[in-house]
Amino acid sequence: MMKFLKLKPSVGLLSIPYSLIFIFFFFIPLVLTFIISFWDYNEYSIIPDFIFENYSYIFKDCLNFQKDMCVTFKTYLSTFIFCFITWFFTLIIGFFVAYFLAFYVNSITWQIVLFLLCTIPFWTSNVIRMISWIPLLGRNGLVNDFLLSTGIVDAPQEWLLYSGFSIVLAFVHLYTLFMIVPIFNSMMRIDKSIIEAAYDNGANGLQILWNVIIPLCKPGIVIGSIFVITVVMGDFITIGIMGGQQIPSIGKIIYVEMSYLQLPAAAANAVILLALTLLIIWIMTKMIDIRKEL
Amino acid sequence: MLNKKNKTYYFCVFFFCLFVLFLYGPTFTIVLLSFQGPDGGLTFPLNGVSTYWFEELWRGGSVVDIGSAFKRSIILGVIVMVLTVLLSVSAGLAFRKKFWGSDTIFFATVASLIVPSIVLSLGVALQFRLLDDFTKWLGSTFDINYINEFFQTTLGMFTSGLGAQLTWTLPFGLLIMFAVFNRFDKSYEEAARDLGATPWKTFKEVVFPLIAPSIIGIALFGFTLSYDELARSSQVMGAGNTLPLELKGLTTTVTTPVIYALGTVTTFVSFSVIGISIACYIWLKRKKG
Repeated sequence: MMKFLKLKPSVGLLSIPYSLIFIFFFFIPLVLTFIISFWDYNEYSIIPDFIFENYSYIFKDCLNFQKDMCVTFKTYLSTFIFCFITWFFTLIIGFFVAYFLAFYVNSITWQIVLFLLCTIPFWTSNVIRMISWIPLLGRNGLVNDFLLSTGIVDAPQEWLLYSGFSIVLAFVHLYTLFMIVPIFNSMMRIDKSIIEAAYDNGANGLQILWNVIIPLCKPGIVIGSIFVITVVMGDFITIGIMGGQQIPSIGKIIYVEMSYLQLPAAAANAVILLALTLLIIWIMTKMIDIRKEL
Repeated sequence: MLNKKNKTYYFCVFFFCLFVLFLYGPTFTIVLLSFQGPDGGLTFPLNGVSTYWFEELWRGGSVVDIGSAFKRSIILGVIVMVLTVLLSVSAGLAFRKKFWGSDTIFFATVASLIVPSIVLSLGVALQFRLLDDFTKWLGSTFDINYINEFFQTTLGMFTSGLGAQLTWTLPFGLLIMFAVFNRFDKSYEEAARDLGATPWKTFKEVVFPLIAPSIIGIALFGFTLSYDELARSSQVMGAGNTLPLELKGLTTTVTTPVIYALGTVTTFVSFSVIGISIACYIWLKRKKG
């Protein structure tokens, strides 16, 4: 006890302001969301209650297999498809960009410069980066001009913009960095002599890549994947802007319900979205210990 | 071995160049198109070169009050930046030793990065709504005149908006601090302590100069992420919108290059901030020798 008293003022106290922000703007809001998802509501107010209607409404018709798939399942399915395609492309592109930076750029200065080159767009506006596709992909955009003038197509292609294609393109454009950073980080930790050893033992480039580098990058790949998948799961802005407000997403459902002040219904959707996201992350983190990776 | 300039090397260089073109190409196009002539549209070709759309933006012509949204965004960005630096550096110092609750805070930090932004935005909005209801109830129950007459909402840019943005910027700050202290040579500090320096003096004279370049990095994250933040603040800004929120609204209503002009301006602001930060970083590194 005496020893404990002597230790004060503990340096741990310095974390209090930081922690307070997370208590007040993270823990409490999430707990409230969970509680309010069981509340009742009318046009102007939310009413304390304990009902399951908000949840049962979400899954209305979902267990009726005679009909088409219910809206909720359809929306989740479409979101999962976006997740998967985006994950696939960001992983492939991110991996090779990181691979180039880590193994082919020899000077540290160049490594930093090229790494920054990849990072800078992350610090600029996402909305601007989305709308900057309009002059390229639009009906009279550069891509269509090119396709028409070369005679590859004989009418402007409508699927280039405000479609699933443009949504995935924007996701890949915005979030490949989330893959590059952790994978690059993992690669920089690989002891070069291991690769040397594999090479001396007669492994070719592909074998080194598959049997040495990829397994050692697994933590980076997992962290990157978590970021990309969670950001796509909850998205409503990119899907909204790049989908021309026509393609549904879970985030969008929550957003719309909020604008109609159906807050408990939005909360119920948020709880389900959060639970699913956490489930995915939980499965993925089973593979690594994030804390060791920093 | 790997650095031999073989076919794979050239393939990787080519791939990287394509990626950079993919990253910057579209932004470059809208910068170009923002200099459209007065008759120009949203796509190529350029109908002459002019600064017409910038003037239009300046006049506020077809667009909502962009000037004040811009000012709000800058002010909020600076506040978020200062708080992010102060809070994450102090928390980073605390985290060098394990303390009661450190695992929970670490968990919250990582969780905050991956929680869907709309969920967090909803949560904060709900919290402030309940706070409003509670305040009004206080006012009517205890007959507090000030509340009954003047109180409208606790929701606002510097309350809920600020908090929601901090849950996005602080994790980056703390993770940078982790990375810094994981590679930190403790012997300088120990030397200072052995020579009789107080903890504060050790921090000021030894630790701070060593971590100063990284603090620039945290500040950069704090400002730029706040300045461009959209999803988390979308439900909690109250009456005054920030620039990204206005921009999002404009994407559906504006059909002239004025939106590109606005894009060019905000991208210019972001690039200036990034440039200044990088310059400061290099300067501090050099100074340290």
